[in-house]
Amino acid sequence: MKAITVKVKPEPKKPASRFWPTFLQQKYLYMMALPFVLWAFVFNYLPLWGWTMAFQKYKPGKSFFEQKWVGLQYFRELFHDEQFFNALRNTLAMSLMGLLAGFIIPIVFAVLLNELRLMFLKRFVQTVSYLPHFVSWVVAAGIITKMLSTDNGAVNDLLMSLHLISEPIQFMAKGNLFWGIVTASDVWKETGWNTIIYLAAISGIGPELYEAARVDGASRLQQVRNITLPGIRTTVIILLIMSIGHLISIGFEKQFLLGNNLVRDYSQTLDLYALNYGLGLGRFSFGTAINIFNSVVSVILLFVANGIFKKITKESII
Amino acid sequence: MLSKKLAAASWSDRIFDLVVYAAITVVTIATLYPFLNVLAISFNDSTDSIKGGITVYPRVFTVKNYETIFAYSGLMTGLKISVLRTIIGTILGLVSASMLAFTLSRVDFQARRFVSTFLALTMYVSGGLIPVYILIKNLDMMGTFGVYVLPGLVSAFNVFVIRSFIDGLPYALQESAKLDGANDFTIYWRVILPLTKPALATIALFLAVGQWNAWFDTYLYNGSKEGLTTLQFELMKVIQSTTTNADNFRGRNMTEVMAQISPESVKMAITIVVTVPILVVYPFLQRYFVKGMTLGSVKS
Repeated sequence: MKAITVKVKPEPKKPASRFWPTFLQQKYLYMMALPFVLWAFVFNYLPLWGWTMAFQKYKPGKSFFEQKWVGLQYFRELFHDEQFFNALRNTLAMSLMGLLAGFIIPIVFAVLLNELRLMFLKRFVQTVSYLPHFVSWVVAAGIITKMLSTDNGAVNDLLMSLHLISEPIQFMAKGNLFWGIVTASDVWKETGWNTIIYLAAISGIGPELYEAARVDGASRLQQVRNITLPGIRTTVIILLIMSIGHLISIGFEKQFLLGNNLVRDYSQTLDLYALNYGLGLGRFSFGTAINIFNSVVSVILLFVANGIFKKITKESII
Repeated sequence: MLSKKLAAASWSDRIFDLVVYAAITVVTIATLYPFLNVLAISFNDSTDSIKGGITVYPRVFTVKNYETIFAYSGLMTGLKISVLRTIIGTILGLVSASMLAFTLSRVDFQARRFVSTFLALTMYVSGGLIPVYILIKNLDMMGTFGVYVLPGLVSAFNVFVIRSFIDGLPYALQESAKLDGANDFTIYWRVILPLTKPALATIALFLAVGQWNAWFDTYLYNGSKEGLTTLQFELMKVIQSTTTNADNFRGRNMTEVMAQISPESVKMAITIVVTVPILVVYPFLQRYFVKGMTLGSVKS
């Protein structure tokens, strides 16, 4: 073993001139990496070039140089469209609600799970809680619609039998309920899954801390407050920053699948807006302007959030 | 022993326990009940289902709903395409992620910084729906099977999960293989891959679930292409057509006809067919993906 380590010890560097010999030596590494780099370039970076469409009167079939440049026309159109502000409001509202609920509830659930003393029960509950994460939103939306339906939906049945309501609520037809339904659906689907990271963080806390607290006579609740929660603080902050970064671009699958024409004023997000008014009507340039707006705001949010947290906590992900 | 006695003695701790168990019970029921309910309805006689009141077991047991849906050829095509894209997509995704991860784990690889940054950026940068759509169109990939596999082939997240796993392997293994005359590709194939199995299992699950559950690419690119639609897409059409007025769908064919005649029970049967493959797999892989999730989150 010793002889081997001596052999690969790096030689003193002679910059630039070493490039081609090393390149040849590492040709297999290059062969394994570069095709996929090219791939990523085509499917991840090339679409960015497509952003130029937003500044052109894009006509399919024409080459890039034949397109007519129109400057900021489509952005002006965008900012004069009432639907745009509607979509922006819905996106921000649902994202914020999703962020808040999807952030707090998994932490609470992880703490609860951690307090279960029966191991087999803990395992069982965990396995069950992951289940919804693995089904598609199509299935989830179908199930949720069924549960909320007016004829024999479980939620209405429950509320009726508890005499909380006198007649079934038409959940899926009420716009003002839509944001809440989307948020609750997301919580139902992803809480168990999002708990994994917090549980791992909790299991990293030294048991001697709990032991010491118990000797000092701390109650279970006090242990949670003073040991468990501070112990996962770093994880919580990093995940919070990451989810803020995705705040505005949080998908539209749920809204697409759960929404319908009756609740459109509350269900249309920026991405759906781009789909319906950009792609659906063939207005590619206009739709791209929406996409760009979406991306720019999301990047700004990421940096702002990261900056704030860096100041407060000295933690950073960028 | 002492600590146990202390814990048992405290009154507030008992209330705490009670609250914990109550909350956990509610969450478990809320998660599980909808699935059991759907399962029960799918096995219940469809005219009887209309009366309502079915909870977690069928009242009038029948498999007729399943016979009905399997009699439609569209469903079988969907099943075939879904299975195909899941298998092919998973294998190609695994190959690309593990190869890239291997090269990035090599500290001596001179393009390491470039490749790493280039990939990491893809997690934050995206052109958006319409530029991607135009790209796919310009590449002549509309209406092909390729759109299911190629656009999402390289995933930075998966690469980083596998890389952090490889980083944990002793480098001496690669050195001794090199002494035996193995080139870098052989080392990847014969040394690294077999040792990376736990990480690969995690990523395989992520990829397979992603492929199996995808429907939007079908909607966008292959919706009107008969013979290329997926199971999720067919289910989407059936479910959506009753909530809206079947207005903006691209496909015409059997699903719409079926939606008009399909009672609740048949819908639930399709839901079960779409769900079962994942239901069967994920508990067995739980150990792996829990590990993989934690690894990935720490690194990225």
